[in-house]
Amino acid sequence: MSQTILNDDSLTFAEKIISVKADGGGKVHHAGEIAVLPADMAMAQDSTGPLAIKVFREMGVQKVWDPKKIHLVIDHSFPAPDEKIANLHILIREFVKQQGVRLVEGSISHQHLLENHVVPGMVLFGADSHTCQAGAIGAFATGIGSSEMAALWASGKLWVRVPESLKINLIGQFKKGVYARDVITHFIGMVGEDGGNYKSLEWKGPAAKNLSIASRACISNNSMECGCKLSIFEVDPATQDYFKTANRKAMLEIHAGPKAKYKDEYDIDLGTLEPEVWGPGNESKVRSAGEFGDTHLDEVFIGSSTNGRYEDLMVASKILKGHKVKPGTRCIVTPASRNVFERAIKEGLAETFLESGAVFTNATCGACVGTHLGVLGENEVCLSTSPRNYVGRMGASTAKIYLASPATAAASAIEGKIASPGRYL
Amino acid sequence: MSLPAPSSVIRGRTWVWPDDVNTDIIIPFRFKARTNDPVEMAKYAMYGFDPEFYKKVKPGDLFVAGRNFGGGSSREQAPVAIKYSGVAAVVAESFARIFYRNSFAIGLPALEVPGITKQVKLFDEISVSLQDWTVTTKDGKVYHALKVPDFLRGLMREGGLVEYYKKHKSFPWERLEATASTT
Repeated sequence: MSQTILNDDSLTFAEKIISVKADGGGKVHHAGEIAVLPADMAMAQDSTGPLAIKVFREMGVQKVWDPKKIHLVIDHSFPAPDEKIANLHILIREFVKQQGVRLVEGSISHQHLLENHVVPGMVLFGADSHTCQAGAIGAFATGIGSSEMAALWASGKLWVRVPESLKINLIGQFKKGVYARDVITHFIGMVGEDGGNYKSLEWKGPAAKNLSIASRACISNNSMECGCKLSIFEVDPATQDYFKTANRKAMLEIHAGPKAKYKDEYDIDLGTLEPEVWGPGNESKVRSAGEFGDTHLDEVFIGSSTNGRYEDLMVASKILKGHKVKPGTRCIVTPASRNVFERAIKEGLAETFLESGAVFTNATCGACVGTHLGVLGENEVCLSTSPRNYVGRMGASTAKIYLASPATAAASAIEGKIASPGRYL
Repeated sequence: MSLPAPSSVIRGRTWVWPDDVNTDIIIPFRFKARTNDPVEMAKYAMYGFDPEFYKKVKPGDLFVAGRNFGGGSSREQAPVAIKYSGVAAVVAESFARIFYRNSFAIGLPALEVPGITKQVKLFDEISVSLQDWTVTTKDGKVYHALKVPDFLRGLMREGGLVEYYKKHKSFPWERLEATASTT
């Protein structure tokens, strides 16, 4: 029966994976239906895990359903910037010891799972909205809250509503200075902050196949900013190569049927994109980097789960090489994982950052969430590669956050204002 | 520390919020990441709009909001802060996905009523019926909220996942699964 579903021409990715995995498998679930889905993996981090632990204990459950499938990651505020957070980290470590679940400290969860654990066809629930990043390798991966995480720890299952799907066809080739981040920024500018709410995004077309896994991870991760449930790149030769190198195997390779029904379809010609910048909170409009004039930047932040991968740091270091960060602007570079951190040191990227006058930090979500290593003060202006430009996200409510690619960020650090990267490449 | 389960008809005065009120407005990360206590979280409810909100809100007040309420982060601390600040229910034109799930999971009534912000002003007295899944405005007009599966409404009425599990020793969707496998 599963094979019939996988071969069904009329089903989307989301319909197929839910149909195959839910309720014992074998019953076709269409968009809009409710199903009960067993998890292959569950992840919580240090700002959602402590509440999940508290709820789990209040429920009175003694043991988790499967310790090997449960990951706790201390990443949002690592190492702890103050005593209150340090105490919540202790709570996590005690729970890990008691339940025998997995713990990682000092790599961003989404990147850690991508590098080490998640595989195509897996069902991953994460108590973190950007869990949808793992859609980049063809996994069902979505965010939930702490109480549902506690219920998942207890039972290994959760309810899901089968999402409607949007299809985005990518064609053409990038101009110089334009990258994956510009694709997703452009898309969010088109559909708005709730344009993908409850939906599964399927990234298709010839240009999708040309994107590296890191680029796909950037797009899937940042798709959350239009509210999506899933953001999927189907398995293709690039995915297969990635997993061959990583010595891990797919659980399932799922391909949407050619006659699947989509709520909407979009075409994006990569050749028409500019280095795109998404303006701050209440004036959230996407414009090209050249349109901002002399907006002075107090801070440039390069990092986060969206754009802290090796590929991102490589582009930033190429641009910064031989240049200095503009006096009056501070530039902070934060890798997404310990692995990226170590590679950046071994291969000389860290040296380039330091020579340019930037700060090179350990892997953490710190600056993006305004806890440490890059917090903004009153009325400060920041250009960031992190996912969110919300009011107060990186610190003071009066601070302004512009979002852009690592290339645009590096060029902007050199000029101390929002700048296009083209001339540095 | 848990609050009583919501009553079937809730009457209260309204706070009216715009579209796209995200989780960082509802409770900024730097506050929610430093506590595991819902009463403490409530002190930062709606901080992004008004750091003094928790002093102004009265028990039993209601939220009426525009589209995409609770967008962004998965933080359950957002509906928790709202609930523990005293707000009895949230009515919105639409909710962001994770916020919506979290509201049911913690027993905060969340009703989706397209067009509702045009019918309600700040501090209007309105009522919300969890029995009928309706909102009645000041002038007596009744608006039906978008339908929600019975198991979710039941979960919310019982006060959320902790209360539900303590009572039934199972989760509501496990019953759903038992039904699904026999049909």
